[in-house]
Amino acid sequence: MSKYVDEYRDVDTCLDLSSRIKEVSTRPLTIMEVCGGHTMAIRKNGIQKLVGDNIRLLSGPGCPVCVTSISDIDRVVCLAGEENVTVCTFGDMLYVPGSSMSLAGAKAEGADVRTVYSVHDALEFARSEPEKNFVFVSIGFETTTPTAAAAVLEAKATGVKNFTVLALNKTMPQALRAVLESDDSEIDALIGPGHVSTITGTGMYRFIVDELGVSCCVSGFEPVDLLGAILKLTEMHENNEKGLVNAYPRVVKEEGNEKAKYIMTEVFEPADVEWRGFGIVPSSGSKISEEYSEFDAEKIYKIEVPETKENPACICGDILRGVKRPVDCALFNEGCTPVDPQGACMVSSEGTCAAWFKYGE
Amino acid sequence: MKRITIAHGSGGRVTHDLVKDVFYSCFDNDILRKAEDSAVLDIPQDRVAFTTDSFVVKPAFFPGGDIGKLAVCGTVNDLAVSGAVPRYITCGFIIEEGLPLKDLKKIVKSMGEWAEKAGVKIVAGDTKVVEKGEADGIFINTSGVGVFEKDIELGVEKIAPGDKILLSGTIGDHGIAVLSRRKGLDFETSMRSDCAPLNDMLQDVLSSVTGVKFMRDPTRGGLATTLNEITEDGTSGILINEKDIPVAEEVEGACQLLGLDPLCIANEGKAIVIVAPPDEDEALAAMRRSEYGKDAALIGKVTGDNTGKVLLETALGVTRIVDMMTAENLPRIC
Repeated sequence: MSKYVDEYRDVDTCLDLSSRIKEVSTRPLTIMEVCGGHTMAIRKNGIQKLVGDNIRLLSGPGCPVCVTSISDIDRVVCLAGEENVTVCTFGDMLYVPGSSMSLAGAKAEGADVRTVYSVHDALEFARSEPEKNFVFVSIGFETTTPTAAAAVLEAKATGVKNFTVLALNKTMPQALRAVLESDDSEIDALIGPGHVSTITGTGMYRFIVDELGVSCCVSGFEPVDLLGAILKLTEMHENNEKGLVNAYPRVVKEEGNEKAKYIMTEVFEPADVEWRGFGIVPSSGSKISEEYSEFDAEKIYKIEVPETKENPACICGDILRGVKRPVDCALFNEGCTPVDPQGACMVSSEGTCAAWFKYGE
Repeated sequence: MKRITIAHGSGGRVTHDLVKDVFYSCFDNDILRKAEDSAVLDIPQDRVAFTTDSFVVKPAFFPGGDIGKLAVCGTVNDLAVSGAVPRYITCGFIIEEGLPLKDLKKIVKSMGEWAEKAGVKIVAGDTKVVEKGEADGIFINTSGVGVFEKDIELGVEKIAPGDKILLSGTIGDHGIAVLSRRKGLDFETSMRSDCAPLNDMLQDVLSSVTGVKFMRDPTRGGLATTLNEITEDGTSGILINEKDIPVAEEVEGACQLLGLDPLCIANEGKAIVIVAPPDEDEALAAMRRSEYGKDAALIGKVTGDNTGKVLLETALGVTRIVDMMTAENLPRIC
């Protein structure tokens, strides 16, 4: 497998792209990426240092753990406290601070909380322990939503009765609109999320160029991919052009993955959901449709949580909107570290603050 | 009886038989055979190395090893990196009721074999059985004593700018081999754990050169954590080069798939040796003479600037921080 990506890590190609970007770039350009995988790849490979001083790279709302609202974290913690309920979710979700405690805190107090690597692990737990009720807390964008949908379809087809999904899934287009239309946005161009685009296709970004006047280049995750995408965006910026480019054609197609999109729309329907840092964004999330309501944890468990509380100094929201950087936060490395995180962006392995902390500025 | 029961830990006849049939037959040596309450050791030196470690690996059997081999090699290596020659080991077993007897026999046999290969005697032990659900299969604690055959004192405080950092081989092999067999994360890999006793290799290094300053085995937390521990006192920095750090193709591939960083993945048969120039070439040659050090490499140096930090020069020539691993390694979710 590493042989397959070797050409996308080739040092000479990267250095060549780096010098071409610096040659082409004559004026300031702010580029945002909206995928946690890109955030980590950019910092890990030191891409900012390879693109020159004119270009500023910002991270947007691309980390699914980070964009989960505090009230949703509180609801999950509350659900974990229910009698005979086992909460299954991805590892990073455990450590996000809620108003009173994190899911890890609930686990330490005796709640049955299990880390899974895929929704199918949760379904397997439900099958092998029929006396317990399993709730899969589903986070993620268009990349992971189809797998949750597939699990619901499988549970229905095979008659699994003790398995439900708490859908906290989000969809990218409306959040991008919220970021780019906000008054304090300084974003000139977007690096389109590679994984999300595999499912959705590149067509969904057309409105970003046509309506919002921002160029978008869909990129892969290796240094050659990212530098190539940045070069493309820089060239367009310098020529005063706006455009949509697919620089990840080995994986991403214009139409996306039709089968995945079909099962996603079969089980889920659009919903107005809350994002950390954005508030409620219309049609920016997924909820389980009426036909599959027997698998909707929202319907099965009546979860009510008191008003949320968060550390007032935490600026995760502004960071997710690309308005501020981790180093602008008074808490960064001063009371907020991966060991003792105050906000979601420091918790997740794909969070912007965690990436800055791990790899340096 | 096919499984371990509470009776095996009762201290009565069943315990006695288990100890005799399983443990004594695999660990046999003159000191153990005396079956005293304490092993009496004849150590002429007034300076010895002494260490302890507990092993709870899950699953207990993994490609390239098992918890028994790990328990012996882990303690042997902790002694070896201090410059000592490991001599004696004790072991304590905490066994969950229901453990298949054949699993215990396999683990104990493995301990006996690896103790022999490492040249250490297992001289004392203890077995406790706890009720089902009170432990997870088997936990092992080993303690060990080593002696100094040469007049050497290693220590992190001896490290100085300009010293070279040697690594005995590929990183992340153990972590990836174990992860590949963990429930819920089964994936196909032919990666085997690097679990191995490093005492002979390290003694060979110490016999070949006089410039060794410090040695450590980067186990949990990986190379990144161990290097950060070295710079922790803030008197020096470390600069390593990404292109010089050996990583097996399979580990690289699995890390890409799971969103992990090989620098943070556990090793059980690797050592970092910090050595003053010009001894690095000879020390490296000594490491490479061992079957456990054939991929040894010079990966970086100790620096007088960037004190307290570990920096990595990436293949692209960019320098970035290498931080300690902070939480359990988790795969990517997006």
